[in-house]
Amino acid sequence: MDAMSSPTGISREDVAHLAKLARIDLDNSELDHMAKELEVILGAVAKVQEVAGADVLPTSHPIPVTNVYRDDVVKPSLTPQEALSGAPAQSEDRFKVPQILGEE
Amino acid sequence: MITIRSDASEMAEALAAGTITSVSLTEQHFEQIAKVDGAVHAFLFLDHEGALEQARAVDAKRVNGETLSPLAGVPLALKDVMAQKGVPTTCGSKILEGWRPPYDATVVTRLKDAGIVILGKTNMDEFAMGSSTENSAYGTTHNPWDLTKIPGGSGGGSSAALAAFEAPLAIGTDTGGSIRQPAAVTGTVGVKPTYGGVSRYGLIAFSSSLDQAGPCARTVLDTAMLHEVIAGHDERDSTSINLPVPQVVKAAKKLDVKGLKIGVVKELQGEGFQDGVLNRFNEALDELVNAGAELVHVSCPSFDYALAAYYLIAPSECSSNLARFDSMRYGIRIGDDGTRSAEEVMNMTRHAGFGPEVKRRIILGTYALSSGYYDAYYGSAQKVRTLLIQDFSAAFLKADVLVSPTSPTTAFAIGQNDNNPLAMYLNDIATIPANMAGIGAMSLPSGLADEDGLPTGFHIMSPAMKDDLMYQVGGTLEAALLSKWGAPLLSKAPDLAVNS
Repeated sequence: MDAMSSPTGISREDVAHLAKLARIDLDNSELDHMAKELEVILGAVAKVQEVAGADVLPTSHPIPVTNVYRDDVVKPSLTPQEALSGAPAQSEDRFKVPQILGEE
Repeated sequence: MITIRSDASEMAEALAAGTITSVSLTEQHFEQIAKVDGAVHAFLFLDHEGALEQARAVDAKRVNGETLSPLAGVPLALKDVMAQKGVPTTCGSKILEGWRPPYDATVVTRLKDAGIVILGKTNMDEFAMGSSTENSAYGTTHNPWDLTKIPGGSGGGSSAALAAFEAPLAIGTDTGGSIRQPAAVTGTVGVKPTYGGVSRYGLIAFSSSLDQAGPCARTVLDTAMLHEVIAGHDERDSTSINLPVPQVVKAAKKLDVKGLKIGVVKELQGEGFQDGVLNRFNEALDELVNAGAELVHVSCPSFDYALAAYYLIAPSECSSNLARFDSMRYGIRIGDDGTRSAEEVMNMTRHAGFGPEVKRRIILGTYALSSGYYDAYYGSAQKVRTLLIQDFSAAFLKADVLVSPTSPTTAFAIGQNDNNPLAMYLNDIATIPANMAGIGAMSLPSGLADEDGLPTGFHIMSPAMKDDLMYQVGGTLEAALLSKWGAPLLSKAPDLAVNS
């Protein structure tokens, strides 16, 4: 992305690229609208840089989190029918999805 | 006599004494919903059958002399962010239209085990992103105090259901204020427990390091009773705290704040706060002083940066969490005509299934996490989070709890902030710091603003796992205000059932 394309570095083309990364089709009016809005929002949230000095450690989580382990014991769980109950399409007890690798 | 206007604790006593049945109480609430919900639109789904089945089961157990949980038989409204087995769960989004979860959230399991009657699912901003319910894909909820005003958000359906006497108890979730701000603008009570205090299993994730489910009701005691039902360790949530639940019911009944130090946060008042909100806040402080508390003034300079940091961290986590809505395993699927690839179908489904605010936040989060911008945005926001925690730690050395107005304004008009996301975000300025630090916080009614006669909220923040302190202060303040007003604040709200 070209950081010089606008004061906060976000253009219509940037939004189109981000939308591709995020797997969301955006139409032309959405792209126009969002580029303007994101520019305003980013301009406001950039304020965090004022106090984020090199001496401040980042916090990713409000409480100290350590990985939790439990014994590997088999317990009742969803049946295939239950697990597939919300699937848009299914076949042979599996999720059926559109082609992933293109035509054979 | 017990009516739909009674407190949940009174309903519970009458149920225990056998002067009313859960079936009768449940039916009375469905009658009220039939009368007023056309105007309020608090509910997205009503589970008549499931609710009455639970009510009958509780009544039968009571007749058999079985020992029941204190709130057994009392009805509740469940925010549609919670998975409930076999019941439509949309999270306010088109992308989940028609989904019926094959499992219960831990909160739902605990409600059912306690004999609580779940009336239905309440409206919310899509994926809990918003402060007004205007972002719901299924229409806006209206504030029972003034139907042209928002009921707060994201949990506006739950707060409106309480204020319209459609349910005496409700469940909300709070990522940046989604329990407390709706409580403030509807004259109800809402609590965000300490992060990890209530299980997130089955809560559809928005921002995992901030999301916290909590109790909502019309009184502090009712809220405390519901808190004790849903709180406690859950092995299905790796961030669940494995410690005893704070004794919040006992604290809510204490009605004594002698010797407690109440810290007034300098940064959470003044510019941007409505006069009427500040007037009620200052009067509430006087009540606490009269009750024997000591006021101290504290400064938390980093709070000025909390909103900015939140609008980087929450969108970043949401851009990752909402990747699961890919049209492959559940939810809607658009464009699968046999010629398109999985990726094309995914792009089309997410275009059609997500609303504008959700798209905005996913794109913003994707940007904040992208290579070259990560340090400047997400990384800097994480550093602000450290500063916020440090400010809280220092303030809690001087004060037992910290207080502020909950929301800077009373309920605003539906449509007012349609084209101004930044103005909408300012609603959460006082509530966000508690989420960022993972501490508990409560909103309770502090009276009506002079300008518009609409409810204002008083906000109490307590240190992590000391949730009992906010209930002690909230319960004491509520009793003092009730004696001053002579009747609960909600008795001043218009009776929507009259004109139905």
